[in-house]
Amino acid sequence: LSTTVTRPPLAGAHIGSSVLIKGELSGREDLYLDGEVEGTIEFRECSLTVGTNGRVRGNVHGKTVIVQGKVQGDISASQRVELRNSAVVTGDIVTERILIEDGAVFKGKLDTAEKSKDQAGAAQAAIKSQPQTSTHPAGATVTGQTSFLDKA
Amino acid sequence: MTSVTDSLFRLFRGGNTSPAESKSKTQAAALTRRSSGLAEFIRGLQQREGLAILDLGPTSPTNIAYFTNLGHRVYNEDVLLASMSPTYKQKNDQGIEVLDPKLFLDDNLVYGGVKFDAVLCWDISDHLHETLVKPVIERIHSVLNPGGILLAFFHTRDAGPDAPYYRYSISTPESLKLHQGPQFRLQRVFNNRHIENLFHDYGSLKFFLSRDNLREVLVVR
Repeated sequence: LSTTVTRPPLAGAHIGSSVLIKGELSGREDLYLDGEVEGTIEFRECSLTVGTNGRVRGNVHGKTVIVQGKVQGDISASQRVELRNSAVVTGDIVTERILIEDGAVFKGKLDTAEKSKDQAGAAQAAIKSQPQTSTHPAGATVTGQTSFLDKA
Repeated sequence: MTSVTDSLFRLFRGGNTSPAESKSKTQAAALTRRSSGLAEFIRGLQQREGLAILDLGPTSPTNIAYFTNLGHRVYNEDVLLASMSPTYKQKNDQGIEVLDPKLFLDDNLVYGGVKFDAVLCWDISDHLHETLVKPVIERIHSVLNPGGILLAFFHTRDAGPDAPYYRYSISTPESLKLHQGPQFRLQRVFNNRHIENLFHDYGSLKFFLSRDNLREVLVVR
């Protein structure tokens, strides 16, 4: 498994691994955070990268949020969230698009809220079009409460 | 050079393969498996959009993408990994550290009033610490909507105590990809009666037999 590490940007702000910030952090330029933040991070119009040493305890808002370190809090991104294979996220994620690498640990709710119904329908159609195979013999069935499965 | 252990293994099993060889064979053979339980689970999910799905296995990008593409909300929580944390251990009267279910459930499987329509339990019941199995299943019952479904896998006795731990990711609506590791030891083997007792509070159970060492159970709340 290859490790994908986003390098600190040449342009934009950079917070080093020895920095600890307590309180709200906001800005209007891209940020690479390799230090520790205890508080809300607001970079709604920009990209935020939490580096491999980065630790955030608080909610994060950005246009694009890339996580390689640890985030304990909710993440919302108007464009995209990326959880790299070293990411550990405990909190809910709301975004239009998400990329999760194998190895990332995520505990929480994922809501791709802005996804249009057309997109969801197309995805559903794509899944349905996959080849169907026969099933194994099933064992005894105990009927009970009505499930939404019964509507199938 | 063949070790004494390997020779003994061959003698007792009557086979010609060492544990290492048989392990690699199992690994190669078990990369993909058909899953009738998954097929029925997914059939139910395709009828509606916007369902809340709880995946209790390790974070799987494939599974998350699969369900979000169907228009559902996904909650992910690796219960088995969380149960390994030393923070949930307390010393008992004899000074021995034991896992405290209350401490564990204060921190895990907490969703602030959110109810789910479907839960993927995979084979966590086979690997969880004894003291957590019943409390976890009871907690899931409390967060599952009436009529909601749960998919669980249980090893059969043939699997043996050294059965490898697999992470499951959806390959097609009727098959799973199995990724080996990290290594969690199989703690117990449930028979059908044990499984029925475990899900005593639920509405119904449907067993799916398979050719390998797993039974699949679709449970309806």
